[in-house]
Amino acid sequence: MYVAVKGGERAIDNAHAWLAEERRGDLSVAELSIAQIREQLSLAVNRVMAEGSLFDPDLAALAIKQSRGDLIEAIFLIRAYRTTLPRFGMTRPVETGEMRCDRRISATFKDAPGGQVLGPTFDYTHRLLDFKLAAEGEPVPVPEAEGRAEPTPHITEFLADEDLIQTEPRDDTEPRDITRQPMSYPADRATRAQALTRGDEGFVLSLAYSTQRGYAKNHAFVGELRIGMVDVEMEIPELGFAIDIGEVQLTECETVNQFKGSKTEPPQFTRGYGLVFGQTERKAISMALVDRALRWEELGEDDKGAPAQDEEFVLSHCDNIQATGFLEHIKLPHYVDFQSELELVRKMRREAADAAAAREAAQ
Amino acid sequence: MSVMDEYNFAYIDEQTKRMIRRAILKGLAVPGYQVPFASREMPMPYGWGTGGVQVSAAALTPDDRLKVIDQGADDTTNAVSIRKFFERTAGVATTEETSEATIIQTRHRIPEVELTEDQILVYQVPIPEPLRFLEPRETETRKMHSLEEYGLMHVKLYEDISRHGNIATAFAYPVMVNDRYVMDPSPIPKFDNPKMEMAAVQLFGAGREQRIYAVPPWTKVVSLDFEDYPFDPSKADHPCDLCGAEDSYLDEVILDDAGNRMFVCSDTDYCRSRREAGHEGRLAAETMA
Repeated sequence: MYVAVKGGERAIDNAHAWLAEERRGDLSVAELSIAQIREQLSLAVNRVMAEGSLFDPDLAALAIKQSRGDLIEAIFLIRAYRTTLPRFGMTRPVETGEMRCDRRISATFKDAPGGQVLGPTFDYTHRLLDFKLAAEGEPVPVPEAEGRAEPTPHITEFLADEDLIQTEPRDDTEPRDITRQPMSYPADRATRAQALTRGDEGFVLSLAYSTQRGYAKNHAFVGELRIGMVDVEMEIPELGFAIDIGEVQLTECETVNQFKGSKTEPPQFTRGYGLVFGQTERKAISMALVDRALRWEELGEDDKGAPAQDEEFVLSHCDNIQATGFLEHIKLPHYVDFQSELELVRKMRREAADAAAAREAAQ
Repeated sequence: MSVMDEYNFAYIDEQTKRMIRRAILKGLAVPGYQVPFASREMPMPYGWGTGGVQVSAAALTPDDRLKVIDQGADDTTNAVSIRKFFERTAGVATTEETSEATIIQTRHRIPEVELTEDQILVYQVPIPEPLRFLEPRETETRKMHSLEEYGLMHVKLYEDISRHGNIATAFAYPVMVNDRYVMDPSPIPKFDNPKMEMAAVQLFGAGREQRIYAVPPWTKVVSLDFEDYPFDPSKADHPCDLCGAEDSYLDEVILDDAGNRMFVCSDTDYCRSRREAGHEGRLAAETMA
């Protein structure tokens, strides 16, 4: 007997209830607090803020809790919330030269003003599971030093002083907001940067990696990587001057790439640029490499047909919320379309069988 | 259900609705042309009807009566979810009866009952570009549309015929709108294509792809074909096993391990109203619906 499927609504409600139960897990284990996630899973929080395009560690932590640790789901929650917020206006460009750096390294100079500051990095940890962490951990005493009082200059400035690196044209026009205007191609560099900084870390990483392996190879030196806090200033029309409205943590990466030059133009290094919310250096370095690869046309390089050079390909596929939504929609019912294909295949098979029978009869 | 008042009517703020309405009006003015719009991130995933939801939200007024279908049915999970969304955020009346609705949001079907000029049909569209599978680049396909350069599409249909003996497209079958734009009718079965010359306003929303397009009432919509291979809006060659309808699009249901099947109307409202009017199909007596 056939019973028409009804009760989608009850099924959905029950699924949500089950989901909430699973999210909480075993009740005999203490519940995670938002503060615990914010403080102890801060790199997850940073990724959610970066790809969610919203700097708010508490909301990001809440999203991670609600999504059971599925970071793309958490990013989605943040994006859906962000889109309901009013847009007040533009801040001034942040001065990353004034950044209070927790970490600042250069791969191009052994030392430079501001020094090499490793900061809280995994870089030289041996990746050995620390079983002590499985037990109650006591805080480890940390040696402290005075922070640098004066600003840390950008490494590329020293190259720019000698004209050894390409200077970027200054542009004070308000960049287009990709959350308020539809994407169109070709996109300018500011638009590309917006898409890349909120792009999926894995996707941008893999594209960057592909350039290192020869798909539009352009050997990049990490001229500088810096992580720290910067002030956010905004002009208030009623006041007539700018005020600090807060501070955000940023990771900035500038790559120094192989020079170009011609008979008429002396050779110069070129740049790739990455800027991402939070401590997110894998993403910032990746972004800088992809940014540089996308500049092939502007810098007069060859189109090698590499994925990382293809602006439309990169920008239209880097957003994980778009990607995951469309990918997962194939779980939805498609039986109407499938039925139409079934009919067509049956019809074509019937015609093929009839034709074969006719051929046999003729022989 | 309690209506949420933390959000604007139908969730989207009025400025955004204005932007969407402008895109809709432009779409209606240039039938079949894909209008770029600044699609917002909705609280449901891209690919799950965000375009249709934004268009419906921009079209809804408090007096509207909304119907939401997926695969022709009101009770498929995603249709339930979208209907619930508007019940919560707009507090509008909803209905399952096609003729009662003022706005119908649909995925993959056009209702069997003829729509009227008092109705708006909103389609959810995954890939709005009919040329996408022939040319993946938006920069190229926009050029092709502006130059009315549709040769590639005809070559594709021709190659289908020479290879398979048939045009091997059964859904999302391309149409020419108002003798100008080749348009993707969204993944409706080609059985539904002839219904597109209708009295109702047809609006198409593609959220992830940031496009809106439209077909005004009684606009010419022609399914692409060749003189010697005319368009064939085929369906399963059966009557509905529940209501006996011979003119409706059918879903095939596998009944048992022996592979026995039955065919039932995909439009659940159409099937129900026919059964209530006393029509009976082959298996009507032994089924519970």
